[in-house]
Amino acid sequence: MAEAPKAKPAAGRAGTKKELPDHFKAYKHVWVAIECEHGAVHPVSFELLCEGRKLADKRGVELAGVVMGGSEDAIAEAVAQTFEYGADVVYTVVDPVLTHYRNEPYTKAMTDLVNTYQPEILLLGATNLGRDLAGSVATTLLTGLTADCTELAIDDEGSLAATRPTFGGSLLCTIFTLNYRPQMATVRPRVMSMPERQEGKRGKVISHPLGMGEDDVVTKVLQFVADRETDKAQLPYADIVVAGGLGLRSAENFQLVKNLAAVLGAEYGGSRPLVQKGWISADRQIGQTGKTIRPKLYIAAGISGAIQHRVGVEGADLIVAINTDANAPIMDFANLAIIADAVQVLPALTEAFRKHLSVNRMAG
Amino acid sequence: MHIVVCVKQVPDSAQIRVHPVTNTIMRQGVPTIINPYDLFALEEALRLRDKFGGEVTVLTMGPPMAEDSLRKAMTFGADRAVLLTDRFFAGSDTLATSFALAEALKKIGTDFGEPSIVFTGKQTIDGDTAQVGPGIAKRLKLNQLTYVAKISDLDPDRETITVERRAEGGIQVLETRLPVLVTMLEGSNEIRRGSLEDALRAAKADVVKWSAADAGIEDLTKCGLRGSPTIVKKIFSPDPRSEKAHPIDTTDLSMDDIAQALMDELFQRQPELEGEFLRFAATQFGQEVGHG
Ligand SMILES: Cc1cc2nc3c(=O)[nH]c(=O)nc-3n(C[C@H](O)[C@H](O)[C@H](O)COP(=O)(O)OP(=O)(O)OC[C@H]3O[C@@H](n4cnc5c(N)ncnc54)[C@H](O)[C@@H]3O)c2cc1C
Repeated sequence: MAEAPKAKPAAGRAGTKKELPDHFKAYKHVWVAIECEHGAVHPVSFELLCEGRKLADKRGVELAGVVMGGSEDAIAEAVAQTFEYGADVVYTVVDPVLTHYRNEPYTKAMTDLVNTYQPEILLLGATNLGRDLAGSVATTLLTGLTADCTELAIDDEGSLAATRPTFGGSLLCTIFTLNYRPQMATVRPRVMSMPERQEGKRGKVISHPLGMGEDDVVTKVLQFVADRETDKAQLPYADIVVAGGLGLRSAENFQLVKNLAAVLGAEYGGSRPLVQKGWISADRQIGQTGKTIRPKLYIAAGISGAIQHRVGVEGADLIVAINTDANAPIMDFANLAIIADAVQVLPALTEAFRKHLSVNRMAG
Repeated sequence: MHIVVCVKQVPDSAQIRVHPVTNTIMRQGVPTIINPYDLFALEEALRLRDKFGGEVTVLTMGPPMAEDSLRKAMTFGADRAVLLTDRFFAGSDTLATSFALAEALKKIGTDFGEPSIVFTGKQTIDGDTAQVGPGIAKRLKLNQLTYVAKISDLDPDRETITVERRAEGGIQVLETRLPVLVTMLEGSNEIRRGSLEDALRAAKADVVKWSAADAGIEDLTKCGLRGSPTIVKKIFSPDPRSEKAHPIDTTDLSMDDIAQALMDELFQRQPELEGEFLRFAATQFGQEVGHG
């Protein structure tokens, strides 16, 4: 395998001025790590391609996807989709060692690619896989990494401006990696929108060897136990979400949220205190430290709308707040509000929908 | 067995207020806590020590007052505490933080015995990056196990560890060799109530305090602001939406009428929702929806 040139970090003070060292000047193009475990591409990768496209166009460079996997067959569909969702180029690393995600070989594959082909920007999903990989890759390359960004842009000097929540979500900050390359960022699922799919679009594929055998990898995957379909909360990708908060007053009353969700074919979730109280499981928490959602309709019953909750739901098309307090913070970002007791409104709403839907279905 | 748990002292951000005019953080009087995610790591470490014997060292990098967090960790049962504190560390981002902690971990290894396991929390509530753990692992060449829901097996003699790791869409059962870096998933355990003896011991214990030089760090350009490739250029408040929520008029209406009014308003604003609900209702044919 060709020995990749070792990138040296800038010497001395990082500084707040842009003084990109010469050996980084050749770094060009925007890359997105395509996450494809068990055949399917994680939608966050497409969302990143959408965002990456804008950055690449602004910079006047190419957008590339990086696809890693165990066999050509296993990644064929992912490669096709990467083009169809916007990439000009796809880099692939294929080796049986990469069949399951493991930190060691994936870090090696990614850092070798970066050192060889030198992208200026590298985006990853802030999923368990993406975060596991991003930290290792950034440390190996000794470059800057901004995690969980909510907005990405290119500034006047051509640098990546990565905005993320800070101080527990109460403020936003914009972070730059001025003098190191690549500029790395992760983005959580559903924070960015999905691009249009251009059926049949193709482009250049560049394959790179892994250069590592199974014997070189210490960590072994003994088993993969897929989540049961029924247990999985599909909150991030649900079209309709109904959620409850402390205003429901008891775990028993939370059933009212589930009832409404059942009639609407919705996913249900809640605010963080409900997880802490054990009313709902952790994977149903909505907000900054839970799931980010982007549904067509979000109904929030008895939720005050704290900033940490707000950042997780702002991508919803239509937000309905059911709250006894007309001045609750949620009124600042909801579209519709019912100022009343959620414990009474929820069953009435469930019944109204049930009636309406059964009557219209019979008629239709 | 020697286990080190990296913890961070964070402001209890539930209580952080932003000055409405100047837009700055009002930190005065905000109480600090141990980053809640780190407590899952600490508890797991204590359980392993109780089972296999050995010692648990807690390590933090921070200002002198971060000593409070270390003493708190000792009240839960940690045996030793190391505080890495120096003005050279101010302004560290994740890369600089993982450098300093990795150096301190080397020194801990030399002085108190090589750790078999280094724990960190899944992420912190103030930085929230989840990157420091993997950074430490890479620098010390530890095998990396993140988002661990359960340590199912540990064999100190064979130097192997088997864990259940939360992956996308399932659980990965991984086996690897010690030494490892583990980040624990939240909810994987519950921090114990410390004993009275531990509380007394914590109050009197000597916290080991190291400056950068004490920890053997020679290259100060890798620390703090200077060692941080990322630069925070701007801090600001999120834009308020210009429009407030439109309240459904509820005066003199029964609950049923209110519900009806909301449904009408929803379908008027977003007509495709009705079709979506109906399609779902059709799949439920013969089940409860049909008999409404
Ligand atoms: C670092 C950090 C991260 C966090 N991450 C998250 C996160 O990811 N997600 C999250 O949700 N929170 C998060 N939080 C917590 C957040 O700050 C709030 O404390 C939490 O969202 C409040 O939950 P709530 O709205 O259910 O409860 P409350 O704030 O207590 O609000 C209850 C609401 O119910 C209303 N109410 C009362 N009675 C009724 C009734 N009968 N009918 C209708 N309404 C009623 C009240 O008017 C009030 O508005 C985080 C906090 C911190 C510090």
